[in-house]
Amino acid sequence: MNAIEVRELTRRFGAFVAVDRLSFDVRPGEIFGFLGANGAGKSTTIRMLCGLLRPTSGTARVGGIDVAVDPEAVKQRIGYMSQRFSLYEKLTVDQNIAFFAGIYGLTGDSLAARRTFALEMAGLGGREAVLTGSLSAGWRQRLSLGCAILHEPPIVFLDEPTGGVDPLSRRRFWRLIRDLARAGTTVLVTTHYLDEAEHCDRIAVIHAGRLAAIGSVGELKQVFAGRPIIEVRAPQPVDAMRRLDQMPEVEKTSVFGTAVHAVLRSAEARPDLVSGRLRDAGIPASCTLVAPSLEDVFLDIVERSGR
Amino acid sequence: MSKTLSIAIKEFRQIARDRRTLLILLFVPAFFLLLYGYALSFDIRNIPLAVEDNDRSSASREVISAFVNSGYFDFVGDISNEADLVRRLDDGSARAVLVVPGGFGRDLRGARSTGVQLIVNGDNANTATTVVGYAAGIVSAVSARYEAAAGLAAARPLLSAETRVWYNPELRSTLFLVPGLIAYIAMLTAVVSTALSIVREKEAGTMEQVRMSPVGPLAYVVGKTMPYFLLSLASSLAIVGVSMLLFDLPVRGSWWLLVAAVALFLVGALAFGVLISTLAETQQVAFQLALLTSYLPTLMLSGFIFPISSMPAVLRAITYAVPARYFLTVLRGVLLKGAGAAVFWQELAALGVFAAMVLALASLRLRREWSLSR
Repeated sequence: MNAIEVRELTRRFGAFVAVDRLSFDVRPGEIFGFLGANGAGKSTTIRMLCGLLRPTSGTARVGGIDVAVDPEAVKQRIGYMSQRFSLYEKLTVDQNIAFFAGIYGLTGDSLAARRTFALEMAGLGGREAVLTGSLSAGWRQRLSLGCAILHEPPIVFLDEPTGGVDPLSRRRFWRLIRDLARAGTTVLVTTHYLDEAEHCDRIAVIHAGRLAAIGSVGELKQVFAGRPIIEVRAPQPVDAMRRLDQMPEVEKTSVFGTAVHAVLRSAEARPDLVSGRLRDAGIPASCTLVAPSLEDVFLDIVERSGR
Repeated sequence: MSKTLSIAIKEFRQIARDRRTLLILLFVPAFFLLLYGYALSFDIRNIPLAVEDNDRSSASREVISAFVNSGYFDFVGDISNEADLVRRLDDGSARAVLVVPGGFGRDLRGARSTGVQLIVNGDNANTATTVVGYAAGIVSAVSARYEAAAGLAAARPLLSAETRVWYNPELRSTLFLVPGLIAYIAMLTAVVSTALSIVREKEAGTMEQVRMSPVGPLAYVVGKTMPYFLLSLASSLAIVGVSMLLFDLPVRGSWWLLVAAVALFLVGALAFGVLISTLAETQQVAFQLALLTSYLPTLMLSGFIFPISSMPAVLRAITYAVPARYFLTVLRGVLLKGAGAAVFWQELAALGVFAAMVLALASLRLRREWSLSR
């Protein structure tokens, strides 16, 4: 049985369709990434999966339970953490843990064990009496995760969990997520950081409320099979881009930092051919064949589904 | 149950750490009590009193010193003729003039009815009424002494001035204000703090976090409001206690009835706070809503400061929808008159109906907001 099964899930707000006939499955113990721009419908989907928002149509089963039928049963089986690290800042670390343990009904030995677990996981051992509001974002993020999984839920939803956190803390956080998944927890995580998607077993790309693509990072990169990408570095990138767009071999171009990425139509086209053409036009440029990055993939998917 | 308790404990801890809330809950009541009790007292004191003593007997001097010693009047001078009297009142150097007729002492000793005249500047009707009331009390007290000395029955007073004030013989407005103060503070802590604390959780995102957990709206609200209920109850009883010490507030009725009335009023107020929290998304909006719908009416339309009987008909009609109106009637009755529940069943019923209606409305709205949003 899949941990999460979503079929034709739709949510409208008035005339606006926030989530449009979304269907996908998440396997048990998987880290499933939800990738999309802000406003693509990621949070709306999560809110429906957690039983906070009623779907307009379609179904979602979380842990085998239909969220529209029994949202309360779903809530006992899931953990949820949002980008706001919703902790009580005026309470101490320990008091926050005690509160969340209390509302999930933890008592006695299991409470003591989980409290120790959360403190260790967050790296806050010995700082139980510190006010949560005085902790830096990275600590609060890990404590927030600890509080969200005190009751050992088999499925965890993380909504933009790494916003506003320094790179070192982000790295540490993703290590915790991988540990969780290895221990059998299913993790559904939304992000708009493309580099974070690399941590996921599989990714669903959401664009304008629709599923634009789904698969592992390797699978997603297959959209560039037979469409090599040439990275062009030129002193005048705008001129180079204009010339590239006129070439029949070039499918499309896009700016990547200081360079230009040109997607070619046929697998045979070589970088030296492109640099030769540019040189003929009086534009000196260095051209190299590059492997598609996740950013190439994301832009390509979004462009196609937008069409 | 344990979930509710967890929420209540958390809320207590938050309140204890939140200086601003604590300040509102603890010091504002004390501040208002002292302010109203001492500074803003509606009592009138030190009224400049001129005296025209046409008798100059020991009896006339006794009446005059009774006025001056009462503390309400300040002796500002003797007057010997009519023109002096008019001038004194005109230039405001006296607000009241006491005129003792000739033969006053002889009449009193002879146990014949007599009277003193008090001319009061009536430009402020309220002040004048109060002054007349004081004078009546003082005169009848002197009269009583002579009646006793003459061995007369109290059926026919020697000195005329026949106003008697019940419950608050000295017309001390503090006694009248304390019940209003309790209503006011209950409104402040119950409605404003409850609404703000729930909306604060909305703003911080912690409410969504709690909604993601298997906690129902009932457990959440009971846990959330329990600390404010206890604090408001303690605060109200503290006001009564302090008023007993500082202002000799009597508690003539039953303490149980007092606590029951306060609790009933608080339940309605807490539910009202929850209702407001379901209507507002920000603390600012919640505060303004609370101010407009509960705090101001409690201050203005409950009879706390302005007597309901002297309001225009439209406002008087509105006061029937202000729960503090009924609450005040019950409190004043219990504290000052010592009346029992039988006298107040209508007011208690009105409070009960208000609490039930607001509770129903609040839980309806909360349930809609809490469970699956549509």
